[in-house]
Amino acid sequence: MPGRAEGGAKERRLARKAYEAAASVVDPEVPCVTIADLGILRSVELNGDVAVAKVTPTYSGCPAVLAIELSVEAALREAGFDARVERVISPAWTTDWITAEGREKLRAFGIAPPEKASNSIRALFGEVQVACPKCGSSDTAKVSEFGSTACKALYRCNACREPFDYFKCI
Amino acid sequence: MAVLDREKFLEFLLRLADDHLVLGHRLSEWCGHAPMLEEDLAMPNMALDLIGQARALYAYAAEVEGEGRTEDDFAYLRREREYRNCLLAERPNGDFARTMLRQIYFAAFMEPMWRAMTTSNDETLAGIAAKAVKEAAYHIRHAGEWVVRLGDGTEESARRMKAAAEELAPYVGELFETDEVTEAMTEAGVAPDPASLRPEFDRTIGAVFAEAGLEVPAAPWVQSGGRRGRHGEAMGYLLAELQYMQRTYPGAVW
Repeated sequence: MPGRAEGGAKERRLARKAYEAAASVVDPEVPCVTIADLGILRSVELNGDVAVAKVTPTYSGCPAVLAIELSVEAALREAGFDARVERVISPAWTTDWITAEGREKLRAFGIAPPEKASNSIRALFGEVQVACPKCGSSDTAKVSEFGSTACKALYRCNACREPFDYFKCI
Repeated sequence: MAVLDREKFLEFLLRLADDHLVLGHRLSEWCGHAPMLEEDLAMPNMALDLIGQARALYAYAAEVEGEGRTEDDFAYLRREREYRNCLLAERPNGDFARTMLRQIYFAAFMEPMWRAMTTSNDETLAGIAAKAVKEAAYHIRHAGEWVVRLGDGTEESARRMKAAAEELAPYVGELFETDEVTEAMTEAGVAPDPASLRPEFDRTIGAVFAEAGLEVPAAPWVQSGGRRGRHGEAMGYLLAELQYMQRTYPGAVW
């Protein structure tokens, strides 16, 4: 937050309200986490009467991007703002932007959160060790590089035998 | 640093976008037909990556051209001769061996290409590349595992992988061709010289083929022409399907 002197308490309160409205939008494909948890909501700024929200797509072809942008706009309007959503592609989103809280929410939902920065893009057949979100065992095996959505891979736990999604580390 | 020629830059963007749209369309043809459920998910996911990258590039091309065309106009309303994709991308799916080999050839070419473009002088392209490079790395892994599995599998799967390698061999060389468009991009610091990516491509493919117990077949000739709009017979059928809705219901939107 830039420490602008002129803002005043009212403007700060409004900016906070706008941010919270946008930050409460959940991911349509992974509804246990908000777009703030995922780190894809970059900023919400008041530009006169218009709340401008900046959003970064997770994947190039993520079909949820449009739905998220429309939801953010709707949430801002509901909170009483004129709204505009801007798509920011640079710097590119990485799973490292998922907050600690977001990672815990994913795990509780049954999705293994990304193993931080362990998956080098240079590793041709590099495997990461993914802990089962249900029983915590690290005796797991990858079933498929691509799971139910582009952001997830499909794993199976050899200890509790449950299949589970792994939020890929990119 | 040379001043960027707008016409050539547009041409460059369309080549890149067309490669991704056409290959993305090919992968989407597997939806509902893949040999197992996990692959039925993987194919459309990779198609989404590629078509998403194509959309970003078409949208940018529209902005660069500045004549009011949209990403949809580029994707749906051009004629065959106006497409600039490499011939590899339009090759028919054939069996799973051919699809996976086509995929790793393209990804092994694009991964170093995107990586170099993350530091492009063109900021928009650098932004698109930063996302796409990671997706391409995933595609190398996915397709590479299948090339190994099939090449090192049964007699039948190995035979098919060998046949795929022989069939696709002539289409690899076109990826690395240079001309006045690629030269202008290299000089302006927009994109690397495609020919300079060949050693890394050969290392990646060589490692996968070695693991699969396959030999990289020599190319009997280099089949070229896609970058100048000269396509194979398969392209007409592909476009007929891709453009059907927009041609039948002009101006229709979702």
